[in-house]
Amino acid sequence: MLEIKNLHVSVEGKEILKGLDLSVGPGEIHAIMGPNGSGKSTLSHVIAGRDGYEITGGRIIFQGEDLTGLEPEIRAAKGIFLAFQYPVEIPGVPNTTFLKEALNAIRRYRGEDELDAMQFVKMMREKTKELGISDDMLKRAVNVGFSGGEKKRNEILQMAVLNPVLAVLDETDSGLDIDALKVVAEGVNKLRSPDRTTLMITHYQRLLDYIVPDKVHVLAHGKIQRTGGKELALELEEKGYAEFGEAAA
Amino acid sequence: MTTPKVISREATSSELDADYKWGFTIDIGSDLAPKGLSEDIVRLISAKKEEPEWMLEWRLKAYRHWEKLKFQAPKWANVKYPPIDYQDIYYYAAPKSNAPKSLDEVDPEVLEAFEKLGIPLQERERLAGVAIDAVLDSVSVATTYQGMLEKHGVIFCSMSDAVKNHPDLVKKYLGSVVPYSDNFYATLNSAVFSDGSFAYIPKGVRCPIELMTYFRINQADSGQFERTLIVCEEGAYVSYLEGCTAPARKTHQLHAAVVELVALDDSEIKYSTLQNWFPGDKDGNGGVYNFVTKRGKAAKNAKISWTQVETGSAITWKYPSCILQGDNSVGEFYSIAITNNCQQADTGTKMIHLGKNTSSKIISKGISAGRADQTYRGLVRMSAKADGARNFTQCDSLLIGDQCGAHTVPYIESKNKGAIVEHEATTSTISEDQMFYLRQRGIPPEDAIALVVNGFCREVLQQLPMEFAVEAQKLVGISLEGSVG
Ligand SMILES: Nc1ncnc2c1ncn2[C@@H]1O[C@H](COP(=O)(O)OP(=O)(O)OP(=O)(O)O)[C@@H](O)[C@H]1O
Ligand SMILES: [Mg+2]
Repeated sequence: MLEIKNLHVSVEGKEILKGLDLSVGPGEIHAIMGPNGSGKSTLSHVIAGRDGYEITGGRIIFQGEDLTGLEPEIRAAKGIFLAFQYPVEIPGVPNTTFLKEALNAIRRYRGEDELDAMQFVKMMREKTKELGISDDMLKRAVNVGFSGGEKKRNEILQMAVLNPVLAVLDETDSGLDIDALKVVAEGVNKLRSPDRTTLMITHYQRLLDYIVPDKVHVLAHGKIQRTGGKELALELEEKGYAEFGEAAA
Repeated sequence: MTTPKVISREATSSELDADYKWGFTIDIGSDLAPKGLSEDIVRLISAKKEEPEWMLEWRLKAYRHWEKLKFQAPKWANVKYPPIDYQDIYYYAAPKSNAPKSLDEVDPEVLEAFEKLGIPLQERERLAGVAIDAVLDSVSVATTYQGMLEKHGVIFCSMSDAVKNHPDLVKKYLGSVVPYSDNFYATLNSAVFSDGSFAYIPKGVRCPIELMTYFRINQADSGQFERTLIVCEEGAYVSYLEGCTAPARKTHQLHAAVVELVALDDSEIKYSTLQNWFPGDKDGNGGVYNFVTKRGKAAKNAKISWTQVETGSAITWKYPSCILQGDNSVGEFYSIAITNNCQQADTGTKMIHLGKNTSSKIISKGISAGRADQTYRGLVRMSAKADGARNFTQCDSLLIGDQCGAHTVPYIESKNKGAIVEHEATTSTISEDQMFYLRQRGIPPEDAIALVVNGFCREVLQQLPMEFAVEAQKLVGISLEGSVG
């Protein structure tokens, strides 16, 4: 599903990822942990195709296709979704308007019929009910004035609506209360299926109680340093990243 | 005195700018007076329209005043363009099949043109309660819904018809808000205006439908000089919409319109404009010079609100204003101005507070992209007698790319210590974070920009009547096409 080979990435001349390898199969959920500033968000942005990152080596293969050079919206249309660590505010644009535009853009790209207003409203009603999101949040401008937790919930709502093949969740669990964490976990677990893949970036093994990962990776010094099962997360919680030559920030 | 002969010729088809959706020329012959302006041309226009003597006299007064101005167009605006040769412009062009009396008499080609413009005069269902007066070049071609308006005593007709059929009203109010000597372009307009719309809402009547005028310049090298006059008697209400398009031309076209609003005691006039004149091509060739004077006078407890979406024109010079004469009168100005490529706009408003407890609100949203330059210029004047007056101004500018400019020039003149004037201004850009966020969700860059800009303009778009708002949102997207660098 997702194959990253020997990936080197620089930002403003500074090398952040230094030969990263990662392979996630269909139906799998992997967790990525690592110290602050180790390049986790950088990795997520590069997968999604953000400008400003220089890929100096290596490749990202998604469903057998090299993503290099593909625009972010094309990657989105192919089924890549990124839940942002810091969701962005879009003043004046109602959440529903934004979601409808996004969904229909993706459907257009795939040669599917666009949803009309009625169909869309019906679908939104289902999704918001499932995720316990208020109608009020749909009417408000995208992320404007949302609390930290509401922003994260909104990311999960978008994920549920856009129904991705590969979801990258960048610290979606940070700042969530227990109830919200469960909602997020349910959202991810619902998407769990043999032809979907999830990459979860997190600092807390707590999330992994709710979403049991197939593998846990430690990212430090620009590379995956270790890969293990759920127990690796527990070990990190106890010992920190000292073993990898970093003091916990 | 010699009366110049009217020559008739086919309208030339022109090279169209493929990006400008409205850029088709209607292939109808046009009744054309020779280029240039003289007293004879003024007489010709008046004669063609079979105007009464008093109207001709008024035009001539304006013309003689204009002659004295010696082509001294105002220079204070922050716009740049080569001097206009006023003798190289056609001042009169009428579609061949002149002055149709009803829809059936309208040239089918003209009707077809309006279909293309998205204003199907014939499909009444789709008009959904909008009465349209369509002004093609200088002549008003059709006014729908006459019968139902008459029932309410509402007069809605072309200016030429008003001069003929309602001379007392025209005589009383024409020039009462914008005198012929007001400014260079208003003076020019007063001398040569060839048509426009007239609306009169009698005392206590709430106009049951929205009135709409659609303006289009079709003739190459022709100027368009409409004159619009709206009078709301005591306690009356009207919502009036104005739409404008012009075909793509390689040369510049001059548009110098005048709009006067008279809102008597307790009345309300809501005036909305969607201005989409041809903006010129990417390199600044062609496009309309839009030099317009719009002003309303509000009596006691009256309210005037201007809402404008300015996406077109090579140059826009326009300050819809309110004279808040009566106590408790209210003025509002909601504006979206979008300039892309080489477009220039110097636009804003004037709120003149004369009466007590008058209030005004200005919400201006300026969007600049490409190499465009834009200035918000607004005057708020509190006279000594305007006790308890207040103004709130919010001016927001959004810059797309790093080659465009936005300027805010507020003038505040207060002679009354108790008056409250508040001014807020912001300048922002579309951030890289926003673009990435939207694109990550599958939205292509141009749609992403349109979405952010529509969000930025929301407060103003909400002021527009429903159907117009949908059209305006589309226009916002279209006018910013090609602005992604
Ligand atoms: N645009 C940029 N310009 C300069 N440095 C950058 C830029 N973007 C990221 N970096 C640097 O790259 C490194 C990795 O950042 P990144 O955001 O990927 O870390 P992270 O692992 O997600 O950290 P956290 O756990 O704090 O979220 C950091 O040192 C950061 O300062
Ligand atoms: Mg991060």
